[in-house]
Amino acid sequence: MSTRWTRKDLLGLRELSADEINFILETADAFKQVGTREIKKVPALRGKTLVNFFVEPSTRTRTSFELAALRLSADVINLSASSSSLTKGETLKDTARNLEALHADILVLRHSSAGAPQFLANRLKASVINAGDGAHEHPTQALLDLYTIREKRGNIAGLSVAILGDILFSRVARSNIFGLLKLGAHVTLVGPSTLIPREFEKLGVQVSHKIDEVLPNADVVNLLRIQHERQRREYFPGIGEYIRLFGLTKERAKLLKPDCLIMHPGPINRGVEIDSVVADGLHSVILDQVTNGLAVRMAVLYLCGGISA
Amino acid sequence: MKQARQKTSGAAVLTMDAAAIDRALRRIAHEIVERNPQLTHVVLAGIPSRGVEIAQRIASFIHEIENVDVETGVIDVAMHRDDVGTRSELPIVRESRLPLPLEKRTVIVVDDVLYTGRTVRAAMDAISSFGRPARIQLAVLIDRGHRELPIRPDYVGKNLPTSGSEKVQVQLQETDHEPDEVRLEKQ
Repeated sequence: MSTRWTRKDLLGLRELSADEINFILETADAFKQVGTREIKKVPALRGKTLVNFFVEPSTRTRTSFELAALRLSADVINLSASSSSLTKGETLKDTARNLEALHADILVLRHSSAGAPQFLANRLKASVINAGDGAHEHPTQALLDLYTIREKRGNIAGLSVAILGDILFSRVARSNIFGLLKLGAHVTLVGPSTLIPREFEKLGVQVSHKIDEVLPNADVVNLLRIQHERQRREYFPGIGEYIRLFGLTKERAKLLKPDCLIMHPGPINRGVEIDSVVADGLHSVILDQVTNGLAVRMAVLYLCGGISA
Repeated sequence: MKQARQKTSGAAVLTMDAAAIDRALRRIAHEIVERNPQLTHVVLAGIPSRGVEIAQRIASFIHEIENVDVETGVIDVAMHRDDVGTRSELPIVRESRLPLPLEKRTVIVVDDVLYTGRTVRAAMDAISSFGRPARIQLAVLIDRGHRELPIRPDYVGKNLPTSGSEKVQVQLQETDHEPDEVRLEKQ
């Protein structure tokens, strides 16, 4: 571990080096162990204040960040769009400057506009952690996916990873693609052509529209949630047709290698992108992802928040 | 606070060579055996990275003396320090490993150099988050003085009077890939 962390913000995986990503994953190892102690709390960020600012609704990411911060002994404030003055017409910048005037040290931001975390990071002394911005990036989700693959398979380089589903609208897919490629995995995107723009091939991934050809070779299948709230009719073939063409059904799961990992960022649409028996089956590491998410977020908060301003 | 260990340009005095380090750790092993009749309850918990290696060596000396395998562990203090955010470089956190439960055990914290005592305080905090050991003891290769907290070692390899401007440089084969050596460097 010769790398040193020098960033105050975590905005995306695109700008990180492979060494920096590995450094976060190694730091997360230490924090994962904290979760097994009798007292699951360390004083690393005692006296620091973290603001969870979620302009877009989210339960699991917000609670994961909140628990991570509490386990590091930071103080936490939760703000949602409806409870903030954004609904009264205050600009994002003014809201954030007010938070800084309260001496917030770390701002965890979920926003519907791509680039909002970058915008604030450039203007605030506080650390800004991107918890998902538009269809741009969701770095901590990708980091916990990488952590889970590394934990289960030992390494990431050389593995074939299939990312399935709603790629076009998915910040999870983007962050995963950047991270997986940097760490040397082969990435195949699978889904309806309307949801996988051709430009993705320029990133260095393969694109397939035939799931049955991809599954037998995959070491990891990462399923993305079909985002009903983002769907417009013209993109989407209809639920029944989607299940028939791309759903990870019980029958399709028989094509998988015995040691293939099935991942899903949640929340799962049981019976749509994945059958219940598969989600609860032996291949599934979906709940490991949740546990690892906590360790990875503790690592990110410790590294970004622990740096002296 | 632990010393930075980069080489300095000032004069260096060889304080302990490999044989002296070996003798000191062997003596500490004897003292631990003497003071802890129930060796099976003892855990040698090293502070990364040299403390971990020193704990291993003491454990193997105890094995030679008494033919008992004393348990060893790793206690990382980085996330228990009280100076996060005040130093330009963030300490690297490592995984801690201790045999559980700690109740009824004697945890001996092992480190290379004892200086201000703040690392040891952090180690004691870290240990208490794993449980409540019967007692905690402290073994160090070098005690260089200048305590800032009321902490006293139970086992000392060598007392080394120093001034605040000097650096104690411990080098071990396993962690530094250089021959065992302790040097006192003036700045």
